[in-house]
Amino acid sequence: MKNQLKAVWQFFFGDSARAFGSVSLILLVLLAISPAKNHFSQWRHYQKQYLHLIRGRADAVTLERHFQGGIQQIWIPEQRVTDRCTTCHLGLKEASLADVSALAFRKHPVVPHSLTEFGCTTCHRGQGAATTVEEAHNSTEQWEQPLLPAKYIEAGCGQCHLEKPTATPFLNQGRDLISSNGCTHCHTIKRGDGTYILPDDDPPSLKHIADKTTREWIYAWIKDPQAYAGTATMPNYHLRDDDARDISAFVISQSTALQPPIQPGQTDTKPAEDPAAGTSLYGQSFCASCHAMQNAAGILVGGNVGPELTGIGTKAKPEWLQDWVANPNHYDPGTMMPHYRFDATQVATLAGFLESKTEPDLVANVHLDPATSPQIEHGKKLVVENGCASCHEINGIKKPENFAPELSRIGSKPLSQLLFVEGVEHTLPGYVAAKVRSPRAFGPSLKMPQFNLTPLQIDAITTALLAQTDRSQTQPPAMRIASVQQTKYEPAGHAGQLMGDLRCLTCHVINGHGGDMAPDLTWEGTAVQREWLTQFLKNPETLRPALIRRMPKFNLTDAEITTLADYMMTVYQTPQFDRDSLPVSEFSPAVVEQGRQLFYSKFACQSCHIADYAKDKGYIGPALAGTGKRFYAAWIYHWLQDPQSLRPGTIEPNQHMTDDEARSLTAFLMSLNATGSKEATKK
Amino acid sequence: MKRALLAICTLMLVTGGCSHKSKPQPASIQPIANGTAIVESSGGKQIGYIGMPLDQPVVVQVNGASGSGVAGAAVNFSGPTGVTFTPASALTDSSGQVTSTVSLGQQAGRYKIVASTPDASGKKLELPLDEIALGYQQTLGAQLNGQYCIRCHDPESTPLRVSNMDNLSVKPHPFTEGDTLNKISDADLIAIISHGGPALNKSAEMPPWGYTLSKSDIAALVSYIRAVADPPYESGGLVYAQK
Repeated sequence: MKNQLKAVWQFFFGDSARAFGSVSLILLVLLAISPAKNHFSQWRHYQKQYLHLIRGRADAVTLERHFQGGIQQIWIPEQRVTDRCTTCHLGLKEASLADVSALAFRKHPVVPHSLTEFGCTTCHRGQGAATTVEEAHNSTEQWEQPLLPAKYIEAGCGQCHLEKPTATPFLNQGRDLISSNGCTHCHTIKRGDGTYILPDDDPPSLKHIADKTTREWIYAWIKDPQAYAGTATMPNYHLRDDDARDISAFVISQSTALQPPIQPGQTDTKPAEDPAAGTSLYGQSFCASCHAMQNAAGILVGGNVGPELTGIGTKAKPEWLQDWVANPNHYDPGTMMPHYRFDATQVATLAGFLESKTEPDLVANVHLDPATSPQIEHGKKLVVENGCASCHEINGIKKPENFAPELSRIGSKPLSQLLFVEGVEHTLPGYVAAKVRSPRAFGPSLKMPQFNLTPLQIDAITTALLAQTDRSQTQPPAMRIASVQQTKYEPAGHAGQLMGDLRCLTCHVINGHGGDMAPDLTWEGTAVQREWLTQFLKNPETLRPALIRRMPKFNLTDAEITTLADYMMTVYQTPQFDRDSLPVSEFSPAVVEQGRQLFYSKFACQSCHIADYAKDKGYIGPALAGTGKRFYAAWIYHWLQDPQSLRPGTIEPNQHMTDDEARSLTAFLMSLNATGSKEATKK
Repeated sequence: MKRALLAICTLMLVTGGCSHKSKPQPASIQPIANGTAIVESSGGKQIGYIGMPLDQPVVVQVNGASGSGVAGAAVNFSGPTGVTFTPASALTDSSGQVTSTVSLGQQAGRYKIVASTPDASGKKLELPLDEIALGYQQTLGAQLNGQYCIRCHDPESTPLRVSNMDNLSVKPHPFTEGDTLNKISDADLIAIISHGGPALNKSAEMPPWGYTLSKSDIAALVSYIRAVADPPYESGGLVYAQK
């Protein structure tokens, strides 16, 4: 063996000439390694395949002319993009390659952004500078940001788009869910423009909770909120019986009596005799626009602005219900619920109706002994530990600051900083989704509670969270599409107070502030006539026959109506034109007739609007049978020419009509003088 | 070495063409019964989004000679690359049904998925089902459809969205109506949407949207209409997402 080795050594390095030759040979081989590696590299393989693919196609010449060999790079320094993806993905811009089966060479689907301006990794993530498949797409030891799975691709959009783009429903839904589930009571989420995602779930204050409900109900509720109402947003803390007992004891012990106190049950006022009166008052008041309630068939009917009322009689004390129905501001000055002006009988009727909506099973087996002071003390400890005061106002407990980790950059979190447990996919999206799905799976002692979310909602929230990347926070301002922020608009003066009391802005938007259930009233003073407005406030008629959510009747006094009408007619006027600039007297019968022709033939307005209850049926837009008594001609005229300029987002199409057409149509519409709604007309 | 191997594997998977299955076939479950037919119960022809699970699970039923469900028959789901099934194979329940949640692949288009069960002689009975995945452009179209078109073009009413179709003298075509809409060229569809029905001598009840929606919005609507057409729209472009 030793001799053999010696012989080999002698053969190669026996004398200086042999040694020189051998060393040169070794050097030559070493020098060849690098070019060989380059020659056999993966991307060259792809480029060869691509050339092979395009040569067989009809437009081979064009495609070959577009082809550039070698490493390709998109370099956008201000966005920190150095993407070599186009080295292999050669057909991204080739319209004719939309149908090739190899994903690598297919044309990029239509998106509003160009490759050259945005690169690839801005939206898709992955390692742009890499030149191997593995390193570019997957996470490696040195690179933890793999490609974003298709499921969460809208997270790429959300880095710059802080508004709600129409084409990204999941991102938008995720952001809405983060707000509506109150995630940001505990977690801070800062957007790239420095604003914050704010919660909009409005958890109730517990300062006077003993006036509203019983300790037994609180016990059952915090044990399992969804057992009381399937739609409840309060998450489940999986509390042990003892803990729920002690928390309920503490919360009740901290409750102080409302000032001025709630009057004990008013025995002198009886609900209306008719047993159906409660149901019909509930319907007439359009309670279901905001509140859901299970009907006899067990189907949930109604809106989700206020809490579900299926079991409200089990939850709320009768005297509290009466007090609340009479004036919600008394118990909660910050509520979104309007102050209906019910008379004593109506209050008793409606409260009686709500009282009858019970879920007795919920508290049937809850028997709590009077609380002891160690129990209350333990309850306090649990309330502090679980961060109850992050959401709820509780006497004697301060709202904790930064109770949960900030999530502003969760989408760029290094995997090494995350604690994975078994069964969770070892990727960032996998981690985030698992955490949202079932937080306690990461350890029974973790504080985050169990939310009530569907798989699609979990994916939507994950999408919104993955959009919170380093890039989203450090993007140059020019790259950002700012979020649409609600203004802080509040109507002023006496009328403003009245509008606040009626909570007009729960449903209507004015000057960029308010809800989205009812029409924007920003320019209402230019649009409608005072007499109509007065009448409408007194007794709202049906304007949109197909809608189930309608303006309720608030039982306003004449003085209140005058105040509101004065304010709206004076303040809510558009600067674009004067409402008196087009007097109706100018319209001749011939012009009216011309307008009628246009209405029914050229523009076929009857598809969506009713001008004549006897023959028109369209009910997408409001009925127009009473237009002459409702609107100013100038408003109609300008509206017809460009609806979106007066109410952004309205679905009425801009028909691009000529000035004459708009005038004739206005003349026709202003000639429609039917009073009241369809029902009224029929009578 | 390991990395190189891995890279080659990935390479083969990504480019390798059609002969390679990305996943090994799941171990088949031993059936305790066999059916004579496999039928769809629900979940076919759904409109979903790329990479996302479909809204409703796919439910198929294995029937015996008597035409009623057979319990304990093995059902296997398969589909093009990227489609996942939970579960991918299972035995039918007491009513002869198997329910599977389906997630679609990364490309927009139509996915043909197949549910199969062996009959008594071991022959595979197959049930092909179509599912649709919307990409970016089609999703935009779907959203705009929901905002502007659906009230007249969809005959279905819900409490919150009453269909206006019956109020129109000329009934609009639902967008799934491939028999009619597939014959209209892209240019004509764009013209009708932009300039209204009269642009093609059709009813004025279809208003012009070209002054309300942008060109790219209208292109997105067309791509959505093409994506949901039944029978499928087949002019150019990818109809079935390929393996």
